[in-house]
Amino acid sequence: MQEHTEHHIENHEHIDSVQTYLLVFLALAVATVVTTLVAYVDLGAFSVVVALAIAICKMLLVVMFFMHVRYSTTLTKLVLLGGVLWFFILIGMTYTDFGSRTWMGVPGR
Amino acid sequence: MHSEEQTLALREQFDTAAQQKDASTLGMWIFLITEVMFFGGMFLAYSIYRAKFPEVFAIASTSLNVKIGAANTLVLICSSFTMVMAVRASQLGKLRDIVWWLVATLILGFTFLAVKAFEWNEKFELHHVPGMANFHLNGVGASMQGPASIFFSLYFAMTGLHALHMVVGVGILTWLIIETKRGKFSAVYMTPVDIAGLYWHFVDIVWIFLFPLLYLIDRHLNIQ
Repeated sequence: MQEHTEHHIENHEHIDSVQTYLLVFLALAVATVVTTLVAYVDLGAFSVVVALAIAICKMLLVVMFFMHVRYSTTLTKLVLLGGVLWFFILIGMTYTDFGSRTWMGVPGR
Repeated sequence: MHSEEQTLALREQFDTAAQQKDASTLGMWIFLITEVMFFGGMFLAYSIYRAKFPEVFAIASTSLNVKIGAANTLVLICSSFTMVMAVRASQLGKLRDIVWWLVATLILGFTFLAVKAFEWNEKFELHHVPGMANFHLNGVGASMQGPASIFFSLYFAMTGLHALHMVVGVGILTWLIIETKRGKFSAVYMTPVDIAGLYWHFVDIVWIFLFPLLYLIDRHLNIQ
């Protein structure tokens, strides 16, 4: 078994530096503090938008750096995009349904 | 059952170790996408009920403890950092470091769960547990106690499901620590550490969305 794997010790892994991970960690921590503080500022309807925008930025940092998607194969990236697309279909179709139910005056809607 | 040697070896259906690793990574991501849809349904239900009962949801959401929520978010982010450091140590084949970083991740995971248990206990004390006869949310009229209990049903379902994932994650970490100590992993074969890392970070991401949506988005209304 040992001879069999030795051919493949071609360390093809991309190994990020500790510094990179520390910076990502700090960015995530700062974003957490910022999102908490900005929640108390009256932005009206934009409070949700800002909160989600910060959350999406944090998610992208985790996905790209901690989950190594930057180095993933094209297939993995495509599968991820497909997953995101399906998630938006779930959200989008349900919202259009709930949003339009009262339009036609269907009894018992 | 595979013996340890067979597990470490390149399985016959793959040409290279890199291909075998890529297949594992892809498989994990497909599982995580099913998890996105799983949690997605709950986020969807939450957003629709919030749109339907905005005032009640604002009062209920404001009753949650922001300081504890934010602190717990930081705990999870720390745990994601220690997890990625464990994966890095495994890439470098530093077995002792893997164990230390995994133990740190485990401790942070338990910390998160302990804080969560404290928060849930607080809900019982405040009579904010849906389905219990004494359920009552202050500042909400008698006719709107129903929608208020919908908020807390969703709160318990979403944070509960998230905590369940944390419990599973803690189990996986414990298994990894034992297997690392038994010398199962090396720089050549560290796929389980990497895959567990993906799972742990995913659970972190779920919380990254739960925290603002449950605790923060109605704070600007200055209800309390």
